[in-house]
Amino acid sequence: MDFTCGQIKSWLLNLSKLIQEKKEELSLYDQAIGDGDHGINLARGFKEVEQLLKETEDGDIGALFQRVSLALLSKVGGASGPLYGTAFLKMAAVCKGKKALSLQEWGLALTEALNGLKMRGKAEPGDKTMIDVWEPVVDYMVRAGQDLSWQKVKDIAVQSMEKTKELQARKGRASFLGERSIGHVDPGAVSSCYLFQTLADQLQKGE
Amino acid sequence: MSCVGLVLVSHSEKLVEGLAEFLSQVQKQVPIAIAGGTDEGELGTSMQKIKEAIESVYSDQGVIILFDFGSASMSIEMAIEMLGPDKRIRVADAPLVEGAYAAVVQASVQSSLEKVLASAEKVNNLQKLG
Repeated sequence: MDFTCGQIKSWLLNLSKLIQEKKEELSLYDQAIGDGDHGINLARGFKEVEQLLKETEDGDIGALFQRVSLALLSKVGGASGPLYGTAFLKMAAVCKGKKALSLQEWGLALTEALNGLKMRGKAEPGDKTMIDVWEPVVDYMVRAGQDLSWQKVKDIAVQSMEKTKELQARKGRASFLGERSIGHVDPGAVSSCYLFQTLADQLQKGE
Repeated sequence: MSCVGLVLVSHSEKLVEGLAEFLSQVQKQVPIAIAGGTDEGELGTSMQKIKEAIESVYSDQGVIILFDFGSASMSIEMAIEMLGPDKRIRVADAPLVEGAYAAVVQASVQSSLEKVLASAEKVNNLQKLG
């Protein structure tokens, strides 16, 4: 079955609500190994996304993702702005002119987003970044195809996020901490986990 | 003939404001634009601000961008992509203050984009205490 623009808007709204709710928590994770602003930055960016969701009528999913990207790029401020901005921009290109997305198209859009994240952040799996959540989740979604379980998507997202605790950071400010970055989760991995959890919750409902 | 333009990018608006003030005292004829902080004036970088700064000093001579650190480079990359592939824009892999100083001096004598970039990046080997 296909997922509509309305469902995607509900997902983005739920994601924003979760980010607003977890703002302090995200910033606390970031204070441990980063510059402490991940929660505040994302909350500010997604407030803008909430606003545009109200103003955007259901229709072209690509255009919606494009607007989300620009809002995050201009409002977030920290590293997560260009990263999530790139992810949504890549998804926008795949979804251009589409009014609904099949599971296969989701796989394609998220694969492009993942490639964009790797290109923008110059990061690879194991660097203790959001890629460590995106890669296993997207890999599962593409492999599972029509047999996809949204519960499994959530499980993989949470497990992969928790696994970043064991990793030593090789990107961003946390990389300056060397071994001292071990034992903390990566804040970008946590917000990416929220992204996939809310996506799975929303699309599960639509099935 | 005009000079290569300079864009200074920082997480802090005040930081690049001060730097631009200093540089324009050194050389008045080099076009300098700043993109510091977020759209709300908070700490961070904004792709939009960077894009507008580049446009404001862009000429056929091209533009050199200098930045403070970290995620600023990603916002810059995106701004350059948004402006399209035909623009002559280079990002200096150099310390912001020292690199900008070297760049403005080189740009003021109407040197090419590549030469201004090389001057900015040469400060990576600079020994400040002789």
